[in-house]
Amino acid sequence: MGDMVVVRKEGLFCVPGNFYIDPWRPVDRAVITHAHGDHARVGHGHYLAAAPGVDILRSRLGEITIDGLAYGERITHNGVTISLHPAGHVLGSAQVRMECGGEVWVASGDYKVEPDATCAPFEPVRCDTFITESTFGLPIYRWQKQQEVFDDINAWWRKNAEQGRPSVVFAYSFGKAQRILSGLDASIGPIVCHGSVEPLNRVYRAGGVDLPPTVLVTDIDKAALKTAMVVAPPSASGSTWMRRFGDYSDSFASGWMLLRGARRRRGVDRGFVLSDHADWPGLMSAIQSTQAEKVIVTHGSIPTMVRWLCQQGYEAKGFDTEFGDEDESTAPEAKEMKESKKAAEETTPDAPEAADA
Amino acid sequence: MREFARLYAELDETTATNRKLDALQQYFAAASPENAAWAVYFLAGGKPRQAVPSKLLREFAIEYAMLDEWLFEECYQAVGDLAETVALVLPPPENESDVGLAVWMEERIGPLRGADPATVREKLLAYFNELTARERFLLVKLIGGGFRVGVSKLLVTRALASMAAVDSKLIAQRLMGWTDGSVAPTATGFLRLIAEQSDDEHKLRGGQPFPFFLAHQLQGEPAALGDLAEWQVEWKYDGIRAQLVRRSEQSFVWSRGEDLITERFPEVAAIRVPEGTVIDGEILVWHDGPAPFADLQKRIGRKTLSAKLLAELPAVLLAYDLLELDGVDLRALPQHERRALLQTLVRDAAQPALQISPLVEAESWDALSTIRMESRARGVEGMMLKARNAQYGVGRTKDVGTWWKWKVDPYSIDAVLIYAQAGHGRRASLYTDYTFAVWDDDEAGERKLVPFAKAYSGLTDAEIAKVDNAIRKTTIEKFGPVRSVKPSMVFEIGFEGIALSTRHKAGIAVRFPRILRQRFDKTVDDADTLDTLKGLLAAAHE
Repeated sequence: MGDMVVVRKEGLFCVPGNFYIDPWRPVDRAVITHAHGDHARVGHGHYLAAAPGVDILRSRLGEITIDGLAYGERITHNGVTISLHPAGHVLGSAQVRMECGGEVWVASGDYKVEPDATCAPFEPVRCDTFITESTFGLPIYRWQKQQEVFDDINAWWRKNAEQGRPSVVFAYSFGKAQRILSGLDASIGPIVCHGSVEPLNRVYRAGGVDLPPTVLVTDIDKAALKTAMVVAPPSASGSTWMRRFGDYSDSFASGWMLLRGARRRRGVDRGFVLSDHADWPGLMSAIQSTQAEKVIVTHGSIPTMVRWLCQQGYEAKGFDTEFGDEDESTAPEAKEMKESKKAAEETTPDAPEAADA
Repeated sequence: MREFARLYAELDETTATNRKLDALQQYFAAASPENAAWAVYFLAGGKPRQAVPSKLLREFAIEYAMLDEWLFEECYQAVGDLAETVALVLPPPENESDVGLAVWMEERIGPLRGADPATVREKLLAYFNELTARERFLLVKLIGGGFRVGVSKLLVTRALASMAAVDSKLIAQRLMGWTDGSVAPTATGFLRLIAEQSDDEHKLRGGQPFPFFLAHQLQGEPAALGDLAEWQVEWKYDGIRAQLVRRSEQSFVWSRGEDLITERFPEVAAIRVPEGTVIDGEILVWHDGPAPFADLQKRIGRKTLSAKLLAELPAVLLAYDLLELDGVDLRALPQHERRALLQTLVRDAAQPALQISPLVEAESWDALSTIRMESRARGVEGMMLKARNAQYGVGRTKDVGTWWKWKVDPYSIDAVLIYAQAGHGRRASLYTDYTFAVWDDDEAGERKLVPFAKAYSGLTDAEIAKVDNAIRKTTIEKFGPVRSVKPSMVFEIGFEGIALSTRHKAGIAVRFPRILRQRFDKTVDDADTLDTLKGLLAAAHE
C-alpha cells in the first residue's frame, strides 16, 4: 500500500479519504489543524476542525461551512477513521489521526509539548507514521520552563512600573498573546491589549480560558499607562499607535529570541524566549512517544531532522509544504517584510498591486 | 565571572546608553579591584590571544554535548557564533561555582595556552560542568580570543570617572595602552586608574601614549570653514597612525588601536629623539614617496622581519604633530606653535626614518581644490585641514579645535554579486557578506565573471533583508556556509585604493571596498570589466 498522506499542489492529501489537511489552495474538503493563517485559509468547500477551535476559525475566515469534532471523537469518511487530538499549540489546535486498513497516520500540524493554561495539552497518539513540524528542529533550541519566563516578564514589568515607564510586549495576536496574558501578575498594573489582540481574548474567555482583565487603550486613563503592560502584535512596532506610550520599555516574545543575533536585530530592550512550538527535546520526545517507525518532517529544519532521525533508526523523509508564514513558523525578518508589505497595501487601497491581491 | 557575565548580558540587552552606563556603574561599585582590572581590560577592547584553538574547543564541546559533528555544524550555521553555539547546545551543568574573573583569567584560562590537548580537555569539561549558559558563552569567548563588548570605550571611561569622581579626560589618559597584551591587568593598576590626580601623573605615565586626536569627515565645501589662512593644510596619508614615545631612555611605538608595535617597526623605534618626546604621525612604507597600503600590509602580516624585507619595504614615520617635548605636555598649545616646534625637532634629529609631513600652500580654497586633484597621483587619500589654533583634543572631539579630513571621492565600479555568506553576531543567519565580480574574457575569448572584492557594509537593514531574500531565491549551489547565486544583482562598489595582487584571482586588490548602492537600473551585462579596473590601476601609478 502506498502512502496514506502525500503532498499535492493543493496541500497534504489523504489518499483513501480524499480530503486535504491544512491545504494552501482551495479544495472541497479540508481538515484544519489550527487557525493560524498558514494552516487555515479561505475558499474551501467544507471545513472540519476541533470543536474548541471552531469559533476562532469563524472569526478569522468569516462565512465557512464547518463541522466541529470533540477531541477524541471518531468519524469515518471514505473508509478512513478520523479523530482529532490536542496539539498543545494554541486554542483548538489538533493533530489529525487517520486510520485505514489497520494502518495509522498522524499529522501533527504545529505542536508544543509543555502544557500551558490556554489550551488542551499535547496528547501523544500511537501511530505507524508521524508527520511532524520542525520549526525549531536544531539542538540549540531548548526552552526554559514557561513559569521562569513568566517570572522574568513580571519582574521586568514590575521594575518598569516602579520607574513609571510602560512595558510593551510584542507577541502574535492569536495564541502567544493569550499565553502571555495567562502568566501575567495583574497586581502589578493594568493590562492593555491592542485592538487585534482583544477580539481573540474574547474567544478564549468564551472557550473557558481564564485570562486576567484587559482593557483597550481607549478605555484607560492616561496616567494609568505608566504602570501598564501593553500586549501588541509585532506589526504595531514603530506605528503611530505606539506613540501614546511615551518613554516605554519594549520586548518581544518568541522562540527566535533565544539567539543573540535575532534579539539584537529586533532592537527591543528585552527578548523573552517563549514559543508555541516544541523545542528540540520536545520534538524528539513527541516523536518517540508516538512509537512511529516512519516520520515525515515538514516546515522548519527538514534536512537536519531527517538526517538525525535516520541515524536514530527511523525511516524518515521530508515533505515540502507551504506552512510557516504566520506565528513563529518562519524567522521574524521574512515575515516582517510580508507584514510591512501588507500594511503598505492596506494603507494604499488604490494601488494596483493591492487590487490584484 | 557571574557578575561579569551579568554585566555582559545587561550591556548586550539594551541599546540605551543610560542603561549601559547604569549597568557599568553598578558593576564597578561592587567589583573587587583585581576583577575590575580585568573587566576594564575587556570593556576597553582588550583582546587576549587565543588560549585554546577553536578546533579543540569545538571538539570538546561536541563531546560534552554528545552531538554529531555535522549536527553541531548545522547549529553553528544557524547561530553564527561559536561561543553562543557551545553555550546553547551543552546540557545543563551538574555543579556550580563562583570564581572571580581575575582567577579565571590568571589561574584557569591562562594556563590552558600551550597545554597538551588531554589537559585542556580535562579542564574544559570540568569548567563546562560548573557554569550556566551565560557564563559558558563568556568562557568560550574569553578562551577563543574573539571577545567583544557592545560598549564604547568612552562610556567605560565615563562610568569609571563618575565612580571615582575623577575627570574623565584623566581616566582616558590613564587608560591608554591598558589593552595592550604585554601587561596583565592588576588590582594595583586598577586602583591607580581610579586614583585622584597626583603631581606624579606624568612620571606614572611610563611609556604610554596620549589619546589620539581624531579628525572629522568634511561634508560640503571647505570654503565654509572661513579664511584659508586660519588653516594648516597637509596631505592625508594612508598608513598606520602612530605615536612614537621616548621616555625613561626607551622608545615605544603605539598604533591608534593602542597596540604596542615597537617591534614591528624597528626603523621607527630606532629614531633618536631627546628624552621626554612624543611625536604623532603616520607610519608608511616609503620609496621616494608613500607606497600603497598593500606594501605596509606585507610587513604587518609577517611574524619575523627579514633583512631583505626591511630593505625592500623600508618604513618611515611621517611626523605631523608634537605632543610632548622635554617631558612637557604640549597638547594645549595651538596647532601652529606645535608645528614650529615639530619642524625644529625633526630638522635637528636629522634621521632618514623621521620625516615631516609637508604643508600644502595655496592662495585660495579654489587653488587648494585644484592641488587636491593630485591626491591619487601622490598616493594619498586627500587632505587634512587643521585649525591653526586648535589644541590637540582627546578622541573625536571638537571642543578645543577641529581637524577635518577632506578625502577625494572613492573609486567606484559596477559589479555583480556572485557569492554570499551569512554574517556573524547581529547579522547571523542573514546573507550579508558578498563577493563581487567584474567581466573578463578568458583565453577562449569567452566572457566570464571574475571575483575582485568582498564587501559587507553600505546597505541598510531593510536593503539587506531584500538582498538576503533574493539570494535565497537565486542560489545555485551551497559550499559550506557560502552560496553561489545566479548573477542578477548589480551594485556600485566604492573603494579607496587599488594595487596589483598575486593573491587575488583578478590580479588586483582594492582597499576598503564597500557597497555604495544597488544599481537597479543596470543589468548584469552592463557591469564593468576587469579592463576598467586595470585602467584605474594604471592611472593611479602614472
